Amino acid sequence: MVEIADYAGLEPAWCPGCGNFSILKALNKALAELDLEPHQILMVSGIGQAAKLPHYTRGNVFNSLHGRALSPAIGAKIANQELTVIAIGGDGDGYGEGGNHFMHSARRNHDITYLVHNNQVYGLTKGQASPTSDAGTITKTTPEGSANPLNPLLLAIVCGATFVARGFSGDPDHLTGLIKAAINHRGFSLIDILQPCVSFNHKNTFAWYRERAYKLTEAGGYQQDDKNAAMIKAQEWGEKIPLGIIYRAEQPTFEDRLLVHGGQALVRQSIDPGRVRELLNEFT
Amino acid sequence: MPDDFNFIVGGEAGQGVQSLGFLLAKVFVRGGYHVFADQDYESRVRGGHNFFRVRVKKGEVSAISETVDMLIALNDETIERHRGELSAKGAAVFNNEKSTFGGDKRFFGLPLEKLAKENVGNIVMSNTVALGAALALVDYPFDNIAKVITEFFSNGKVALDNVAAAKAGYDYIRSQPRGDFPQSLAPLAEAKRMLINGNEALALGALAAGCKFMSAYPMTPATSIMQYLAAQEKKFGLVMVHVEDEIAAVNMAIGASYAGVRAMTATSGSGFCLMVEGLGLAGITETPLVIVNAQRPGPACGLPTRTEQGDLQFVLHAHHGEFPRAVLAPATAASAFWTAVKAFNWADKYQLPVVILTDHHLASSYYTVEPFDLAGVTIDRGLLYAEEESAGAYQRHALTKSGVSPRAFPGLSKSLVVTDSDEHDEWGHLTEDANMRTEQVRKRMRKLVSLHQDIAPPLRYGPEGAEITLVGWGSTYGAIHEAFSILQKEGASINMLHLEDLWPFPTEPVFDTLSRAKKSICIESNATGQLARLIRTETGLKPSCDILRYDGRPITPAYIAAAVRKECR
Repeated sequence: MVEIADYAGLEPAWCPGCGNFSILKALNKALAELDLEPHQILMVSGIGQAAKLPHYTRGNVFNSLHGRALSPAIGAKIANQELTVIAIGGDGDGYGEGGNHFMHSARRNHDITYLVHNNQVYGLTKGQASPTSDAGTITKTTPEGSANPLNPLLLAIVCGATFVARGFSGDPDHLTGLIKAAINHRGFSLIDILQPCVSFNHKNTFAWYRERAYKLTEAGGYQQDDKNAAMIKAQEWGEKIPLGIIYRAEQPTFEDRLLVHGGQALVRQSIDPGRVRELLNEFT
Repeated sequence: MPDDFNFIVGGEAGQGVQSLGFLLAKVFVRGGYHVFADQDYESRVRGGHNFFRVRVKKGEVSAISETVDMLIALNDETIERHRGELSAKGAAVFNNEKSTFGGDKRFFGLPLEKLAKENVGNIVMSNTVALGAALALVDYPFDNIAKVITEFFSNGKVALDNVAAAKAGYDYIRSQPRGDFPQSLAPLAEAKRMLINGNEALALGALAAGCKFMSAYPMTPATSIMQYLAAQEKKFGLVMVHVEDEIAAVNMAIGASYAGVRAMTATSGSGFCLMVEGLGLAGITETPLVIVNAQRPGPACGLPTRTEQGDLQFVLHAHHGEFPRAVLAPATAASAFWTAVKAFNWADKYQLPVVILTDHHLASSYYTVEPFDLAGVTIDRGLLYAEEESAGAYQRHALTKSGVSPRAFPGLSKSLVVTDSDEHDEWGHLTEDANMRTEQVRKRMRKLVSLHQDIAPPLRYGPEGAEITLVGWGSTYGAIHEAFSILQKEGASINMLHLEDLWPFPTEPVFDTLSRAKKSICIESNATGQLARLIRTETGLKPSCDILRYDGRPITPAYIAAAVRKECR
């Protein structure tokens, strides 16, 4: 039986009161409740405050470059589909620098989970606007106000992601449930997590989100598998912000093609140079 | 029977120049000849002027010739452009339906489209009619031709039609007066050699080495590597992912390699520009990685379908900061196979990125090679972590004397494999500690010391102490070696030094040869003499002069020989 204590990692270097702490807690709880051992997990992160998370829990860790969490995560998943692969990063990392990988990872429906700590601001570089900053956000790099924000949930649905959800670090129990559902989902699963930045975002605070956030499951009647409805729901923002699974569908995953190899992980297959002999004959 | 016979097949893109040229080459390889064939084509799908050169020799050959013995012209432009290259005894086969040529008695016109239409009902096979005609002119037995055509086309009906098309061209020429063309090429002893281009050989090497993963984005001239491996997915248990860009390509391959499989990517120069970021990631995370850079002329889009050796200094220095890497430049298709095997072994053994530097000329030219001896392929996965006395003790970046830390693969044991693009401690967790930073830099760079002992010395030919030393690297090998032979036969005191293992630099053997050379001439397909600069940096010796070509065309033996004669007059 796996305990939360099995996931005790290094001491975080985040600011006191940071929204990341409860995301870390929710992740550890979800992994323990799924009875996954640390060695069965691979966490791949980019660069930014969120991307430091894997060091603060336990598991296999590939802390990659800025914006490049998804590509190595996918490579590792294809090499060994037995691994539970979780990519982790922030909004600047995933939706800015890594935007192209985000679109195409969703499109190909790779069987990995992507947690994006969305604090609508750059933390590590100290307070610049991010791709998800509210329109008109004034920072040192956007003195005239930032442009319209990118909608990650809508983008993910449009690109073909098969599990799209929003969590809130102010509600770690709910988030734990989402993470468990995302890991259990076969296909590309995104959880965009509202994560207040106590140092650089004084607008989108815990209190600001609490006033607006509501759970889709409590609203009643919402159909997670209705893509058109999901695209409308994904655009709800401002007075009311929905939390929970916005869209979920069963679709073939990219990794299904690994079944042609008899289901055995590539990393477990032996190397036999002699097998090339039949190909040599094709050139004679 | 001539010992050196050159065909040029020319026409528009879409006229079947490539398949005609390939079949022609295949016919002679089957007939026991050695063939070298290269392709010259424009960056377009239809139209323009494309040609395929097929050089046929009794002995080994790995360079093109500038003289033509037979021109197979699918359009008039081919005649206009290449007429001047015909040797004194040279002949031409051309389509007389639309042509104004024919005055020359060694220009054999025939109605290609009419013959194709009459015999197989399809003018698409005009190229095969021309193949039959050309081979009739050199008296090649038709049965041998038919056999090769039949095997080339997997579809039975298409094969039969193409044999009939070739026969129509063959018989047409045989029924005509022979004119003034006495040259014939009869089959030699049957041989089972391969006709293979550099990309195919490299891809086969990767398969033999156990490459299980490739991620790539199409870019000329590297694309056929990814296509070849993609076609082998099911049979060989590997995955080739056509990704969204070269940044994803390099990072995905790094992820697969971290997870324990042999992984590669392939691109050309400007794709490599995008991969540079990942090169350093492989460096600091000590993840094995094989990257092929099949060069083409730059900068930016440059000349997309042509050749150059302009990226040497770039790949040696690409990325910021300092970390060990290896750079290998195979000289021929056979060498490309073995270089791929070596690259995967080095990547695993030293846990670093290995760049295989080829170019359009090597990638797309066909070489005649003996089937690779697969018994000679060794697999060295490097130092692996011995399980499992205490699962919590594994340090991915343990400080070791050799600099190589044992690898464990995530998920295959209870050991946790942690690594970071930030500077990290032995455990792989990020650190800013000054001592640990110094120790980790030293550890990584120490790997070069052992790697240096693995590098092969340059190829050397000719007597020591010669008056002239020719120096080159990579795909220019065939041309330089042939120029060396020509000049030696003319009585020149000459030797030759050719580099394939470029980094770590083979300082001692290069210094040894060049410090005794009276006049050293560096021959490169670039504008600035990049190998010459490397030699100066690493040995302190300055080559006497250089022969450079950077018009996007492959350097030829005649080009080199003429320049050497001029240089040394």
